[in-house]
Amino acid sequence: MSGKPKLTYFNGRGRMESIRWLLAAAGVEFEEDFLETREQYLKLIQDGHLLFDQVPLVEIDGMKMVQTKAILSYIAGKHNLYGKGLKERAFIDTYVEGTTDLMQMILTLPFSPPEAKKKNLPLIIEKAKNRYFPAYEKALKQHGQGFLVGNQLSWADVHLLEAILMVEEKEPTVLSEFPLLQGFKTRISNMPTIKKFLQPGSQRKPQPDDKYVATVMKILKEG
Amino acid sequence: MAGKPKLYYFDGRGKMESVRWLLAAAGVEFEEELLETREQYEKLLQDGALMFQQVPMVEIDGMKLVQTRAILNYLAATHNLYGRDLKERALYFNITEDKEKQHALIVQKATNRYFPAYEKVLRDHGQDYLVGNQFSWADIHLFEAILMVEEKKCDVLSEFPQLQMFKARISNMPRIKKFLEPGSQRKPIPDDKYVETVRRVLQMYYNVKASV
Repeated sequence: MSGKPKLTYFNGRGRMESIRWLLAAAGVEFEEDFLETREQYLKLIQDGHLLFDQVPLVEIDGMKMVQTKAILSYIAGKHNLYGKGLKERAFIDTYVEGTTDLMQMILTLPFSPPEAKKKNLPLIIEKAKNRYFPAYEKALKQHGQGFLVGNQLSWADVHLLEAILMVEEKEPTVLSEFPLLQGFKTRISNMPTIKKFLQPGSQRKPQPDDKYVATVMKILKEG
Repeated sequence: MAGKPKLYYFDGRGKMESVRWLLAAAGVEFEEELLETREQYEKLLQDGALMFQQVPMVEIDGMKLVQTRAILNYLAATHNLYGRDLKERALYFNITEDKEKQHALIVQKATNRYFPAYEKVLRDHGQDYLVGNQFSWADIHLFEAILMVEEKKCDVLSEFPQLQMFKARISNMPRIKKFLEPGSQRKPIPDDKYVETVRRVLQMYYNVKASV
């Protein structure tokens, strides 16, 4: 046992990507076990490793953790990325829920039928520009520091950077009316652990392609 | 800062019901502003009270908190219902609610995925509560979920003896018992009137610009 957290998931972003980001930001090395066949998945279930028969699964500190939000909360708490005190934590939770809602829309896009994809992508960009990015621009303005909460990097900052990059992949000019978010993006991207994660060869995963979608559907036999 | 929390939502369960449960279980009295008209909602937007232009919103301790999970986390932690350390907190699993799915699918997922998991947890550690041998948010949330699924299929717990005993135990706790009685702030199953109100209040949302 190496002591490093071990991540079990498909070989792609999905719900595990935010966990990869947070571990990377915290400077924590981790191992990955990729699900490639349905047999692997069924074996995990038979061995009782998946509490709700679902991945992500992260083995960490003697626990087999499932449920993305629980895993992220644990990592954030453990690595001083959850603010100081309950009120800062409440703000971090709020911000993370917003970026989760936004990223969730993009996450499910590859799994929807082609007509739905065409229809939904512009709606997602519109929500990013009219609901989510204005809220975070305002938060940065009001807080007046380099970070969303407190005066040090938190889970909320890492999650927001991930969300910004994800939306930019779909619409590169999306931050054009958000100067503070532009500054935020540059600053956070330049922090050493994050910079490292953004370089080629890191465990960051590329955008989902047809092969990824097919693999997931085959393994889960859904849809 | 004293003063009761104030909940802003429609007059029904929706995403606010879990918050009502938690406050009731913690013995915290709360006020509610029930959204009935579009004007009320637009005023909240214009006042900048809704960070993502959405409800639930809870005014508490000088904050206007939005996002259900953030609200629940804060309330659980401030009322000692959140486990004693990181590892205990890590054991809080959430049942995901997906109200768009069919009744049958909800019951099926409950019977095949979620209830077996909780049944096993209780059986394996043989204690009265899900985590840490004391009452916590996880117990409240599971209890609420059991009642909700039972409303769709009343014998859904027939193969889960641990959950049956759990349900009986939690029902008898004084504050929970009180919340289960008529006249409490617990909301009924959503009806057509509730759905219509929600649609009416949210419908013109895109025409309103919040002040920044």
